[in-house]
Amino acid sequence: MSILINKNTRVVTQGITGKTGQFHTRMSRDYANGRNCYVAGVNPKKAGEDFEGIPIYASVKEAKQKQGVNTAVIYVPPPFAAAAIWEAVDADLDLVICITEGIPVRDMIEVKDRMAKHNKMSILVGPNCPGVITPEEIKIGIMPGHIHKKGRIGVVSRSGTLTYEAVGQLMELGIGQSTCVGTGGDPVNGVKHIDVLRMFNDDPDTDAVIMVGEIGGSDEETAALWVKDNMKKPVVGFIAGVTAPAGKRMGHAGAIISGGKGTAQEKLEVMQACGIKITRNPAEMGKTLKAVLK
Amino acid sequence: MKIHEYQAKEVLRKYGVPTPRGVPCFSVDEAVKAAEAIPGKVWVVKAQIHAGGRGKGGGVKLAKTVDEVKAYAGQILGMQLKTHQTGPEGQKVRRLLIEEGADIKRELYVGMVVDRVTQKVCLMASSEGGMDIEEVAARTPEKIHKVFVDPVTGLKDAEADAVAAKIGIPAASVPQARAVLQALYKAFWDTDASLAEINPLVLTGDGRVVALDAKINFDSNALFRHPDLVALRDLDEEDAAEIEASKFDLSYISLDGNIGCLVNGAGLAMATMDTIKLYGAEPANFLDVGGGATAEKVTEAFKIMLKNPKVKGILVNIFGGIMQCDTIAKGVVAAAREVNLSVPLVVRMKGTNDEMGRQILKDSGLPIISADNMADAAQKIVAAVAGK
Repeated sequence: MSILINKNTRVVTQGITGKTGQFHTRMSRDYANGRNCYVAGVNPKKAGEDFEGIPIYASVKEAKQKQGVNTAVIYVPPPFAAAAIWEAVDADLDLVICITEGIPVRDMIEVKDRMAKHNKMSILVGPNCPGVITPEEIKIGIMPGHIHKKGRIGVVSRSGTLTYEAVGQLMELGIGQSTCVGTGGDPVNGVKHIDVLRMFNDDPDTDAVIMVGEIGGSDEETAALWVKDNMKKPVVGFIAGVTAPAGKRMGHAGAIISGGKGTAQEKLEVMQACGIKITRNPAEMGKTLKAVLK
Repeated sequence: MKIHEYQAKEVLRKYGVPTPRGVPCFSVDEAVKAAEAIPGKVWVVKAQIHAGGRGKGGGVKLAKTVDEVKAYAGQILGMQLKTHQTGPEGQKVRRLLIEEGADIKRELYVGMVVDRVTQKVCLMASSEGGMDIEEVAARTPEKIHKVFVDPVTGLKDAEADAVAAKIGIPAASVPQARAVLQALYKAFWDTDASLAEINPLVLTGDGRVVALDAKINFDSNALFRHPDLVALRDLDEEDAAEIEASKFDLSYISLDGNIGCLVNGAGLAMATMDTIKLYGAEPANFLDVGGGATAEKVTEAFKIMLKNPKVKGILVNIFGGIMQCDTIAKGVVAAAREVNLSVPLVVRMKGTNDEMGRQILKDSGLPIISADNMADAAQKIVAAVAGK
């Protein structure tokens, strides 16, 4: 097993005709079971055409009817991305993964509010995230597939390359992953660390989790407090940005220490107090994880 | 994106927030003319820089005559104003705001931010105006009142009235306070602001509610729909290296250390800085070259880092995924040649085609130090900079 996605997931790509959408759809389709998983694309202007054999539909709803898709991945440019999220949610897909970086916060506030008020059950991952991968089954997003292998460690992170770094360190120790989830670097987004940890906790094929965080907000603290009371599996953590100055956005829109809140130090202390095995050295995420495995 | 106080007040005035009469000025002459045009007995001469804490740093003066306006304007214009937000070197004052004095009965605070937990705009208000809101939050959190605004309805009358009463606005002035709070929310929402503050919001002797100061930051991801706001950007207030980097789509932030770092991805870039610190040195910058770095981008990144005279060594840390290590290696070699690199350079590459990348670095004949992992890379650059 795994969380969120597996070889039976059926994916529609929103923004399949753009340069980024085409590139990553190709890479994802070529990974593991991708040929069976990537079954549809959406572009109202190109409905009826196909992208290298993947049929293009006018809407997500139509893609769902015709191909039975249950998951959407979004590469739509920022001005239109929130509308694309709503389209997928409104079609009642199980999972919506938004890769797009640079969506205005106001658009995200509106779409999240609408999701809540309409009691939509779709799980949103991202935006501004690398996506989700269940190694050797399916990859949805922009992460390099070949650095992963199947295994029993879950990885959750707000950042892209830092997740790859964690995976790379696991691989050097011969440790595979159940699922790796990038929750994204934006302040208003979908699933948070706590949501993903809950899923890993319930997944019989995940033995332990690496949780990678960064400065800004309080997602890591919230997750740590939940771990303290609920998590049955070991969690290892790292927070990036001990050296980040206050008040400066460190690349990610959400990576900012504001009003003295959201520092790496504070997060690490809460995580440690909640029983998460932390490391302050990002080169030792893999090693720290190995040490907690029995 | 940040703007000046006088610009923020212009934005708020459009939405109906009362502010004192004022004129932005770029010279002492203009300041004198502005004071002469504004009737009254006192004027406030306010330095316009993006950083807060201007009053404590000597950038805000009360003048009782036009001659005093002239004297203060002369003192403040051109000064290096140091506040807790500018750093020790301070920020040069190039603009002033000359305003009429206000009859202040009470100073209050109102502000708005996006709350990450509720994912809504949060109105914060306090009776403790004129102070740093973070200080109030730390010392007397019960004095901060919050409303999480429903994005569909906006700030409701009852919500605004309740907050106004809680911060001590007398009943007679509550309708005015409500109008100010709703205007502030509308301005925040319409302009895609990320932060808006009126500190202090004052209650005058005759019961009026007036914004004595104003600060607005905007969501840079939303600027594409606000060309009028983009026009308010003041590049003099921003770090030159950061502006240069943004032209090449590089995310760069200047720091105080002496080891430059070039990394792909924001999280990994922060982690790289942290590793440098862990091994006893300080990073000179944050630099994320992004997912699609080309040889040209890498070269520009080197140039920007090396413009900082404090840089005594460079650490390149790349996790090649979609971006391939051999491409990056070629970029690094080209960049090192083009800039005639004279400081130690440590390169750590991992991921797609990393062997090929390392070979390219080796074959270049340049004195590039290769590293196996992040810790090794950090140790090597720290040692090289220390001359070991």
